Amino acid sequence: MQSTPPAISFQNVSKTYRGGQVRALDGVSFDIQPGEFFGLLGPNGAGKTSLISILAGLARASGGSVKVLGHDVIDDYAAARKALGIVPQELVFDPFFSVRETLRIQSGYFGVHNNDAWIDELLTNLGLADKAHANMRQLSGGMKRRVLVAQALVHRPPVIVLDEPTAGVDVELRQTLWQFVARLNREGHTVLLTTHYLEEAEALCHRIAMLKLGKIVALDSTSELLKGTASTMLRFKTDAALPASLAGQSRVTGRIVQITAHDATEVETILATLRSAGVPIEDLEIGRADLEDVFIEIMQGATA
Amino acid sequence: MSGAFTLEGARTLFYKEVLRFWKVSFQTVAAPVLTAVMYLLIFGHTLEAHVKVYGTIGYTAFLIPGLVMMSVLQNAFANSSSSLIQSKITGNLVFLLVTPLSHWAWFAAYVGAAVIRGLVVGLGVLVVTVWFSPPGLAEPFWIIAFAVLGAGIMGTLGLVAGLWAEKFDQIAAFQNFIIMPMTFLSGVFYSIHSLPPLWQGVSHANPFFYMIDGFRRGFFGVSDVSPWTSLAIVGVCFIALASLALELLRRGYKIRS
Repeated sequence: MQSTPPAISFQNVSKTYRGGQVRALDGVSFDIQPGEFFGLLGPNGAGKTSLISILAGLARASGGSVKVLGHDVIDDYAAARKALGIVPQELVFDPFFSVRETLRIQSGYFGVHNNDAWIDELLTNLGLADKAHANMRQLSGGMKRRVLVAQALVHRPPVIVLDEPTAGVDVELRQTLWQFVARLNREGHTVLLTTHYLEEAEALCHRIAMLKLGKIVALDSTSELLKGTASTMLRFKTDAALPASLAGQSRVTGRIVQITAHDATEVETILATLRSAGVPIEDLEIGRADLEDVFIEIMQGATA
Repeated sequence: MSGAFTLEGARTLFYKEVLRFWKVSFQTVAAPVLTAVMYLLIFGHTLEAHVKVYGTIGYTAFLIPGLVMMSVLQNAFANSSSSLIQSKITGNLVFLLVTPLSHWAWFAAYVGAAVIRGLVVGLGVLVVTVWFSPPGLAEPFWIIAFAVLGAGIMGTLGLVAGLWAEKFDQIAAFQNFIIMPMTFLSGVFYSIHSLPPLWQGVSHANPFFYMIDGFRRGFFGVSDVSPWTSLAIVGVCFIALASLALELLRRGYKIRS
């Protein structure tokens, strides 16, 4: 019996720019299985967009191969691209057309004509039904972002790639988008998500890969990633400066400080250090580390 | 990348490209028709009484096919070049880059729409100007052949320019420093037989001359060179440019990094 190919397969993918001087990707290999909700995380410049661009056919790998449902993105690009729906990171649009025209045109590029029933469903699910005849120029940023999502889904691709889809969008759109994408995932669509909002990745993704300087530095199920690293987080408020020994491992947002600890002894050590340094603290909470803590720890520890 | 000849999706891209210029037809069709009529009124009024071409043809009648063809050529170039550079600069070319469209489909759609825009503007110029001095209709086959082939060449050249250019400025330079001089010096406003021998020779090196001379042949039944020679030269130019454009598209020149 022939086994089902991975939804997306990256094999030893490398990408260099400027005649090899800049190495954006360095031997990246991993598979995403059909039906997975997969997160690709990494700081700016880690290579996430390069990897997505190679997958989408916007860029060519300098080495290695990429396949979508078994179709090579170079040798069998038409089948690979038909299987993919990409929501690009940049908020781009064609100012000549209305929302419905935009979706009909995008559908036609994939050879899918007379697709109005699905277009109507997309418009309804993404809260765009009353904007169907509006010109793209007249839409707000959030509405344009919804159209980008609809364009990516208009040919009913089995594999959906969302490249930072919630960057700079309001809470309502985030919720609408995640409800809809989660529904598509439940119906069998594979989803690859890149995002800087780690709580989204933690809530949605079955597995996560972390990239740093073009290399994979972590690849595991979300629960294993959360288990395998610092499991405790101290959270408190203070107006004072932290002692130098803690500054490196702390995350400071205004008055709020978060410090990760591996066990109870380390928690005691941190509190003792704060006390001896005379740092007044308020609203102390001790809880479980989240993906953001894991991310920071891995990024600080990775020597890629 | 696969070189498979498939036109799937080309129909939609062609439709979108035609719809794009049609939505702003005041600028893309009406304006060039008005410009051509201005040329006819000014040059026709000034020179009608002084110039006869091929011995018997009045200057206004001679000028009309030249202006029609000039409009066809310039607008075919403008359509594909402006569409592509706008999509590149605004970033919406990504919607096309992620599709399964082959390089053949891109070529057929962009050049096909450019030909339609060229022919629509050319027909508009003809309909408005023909009343001033009907130029005749001696050999209609040449009219159609050179209009379509000329628009095809310029649509292809616009595609190449659009791929190559990275800013509007470069397209404008291409238009003003290459297309415009070659069109004006191709015999739109004069028969090259009225030129000194040296400049007649130079004109023969200009492919635009053959497009306009062959096109004019269809109206008057006379031309500076044989229409078959013109057809061969124009046909070779089209094949050469089309090969270049297809190869650039296949390689994703300046559109896929």
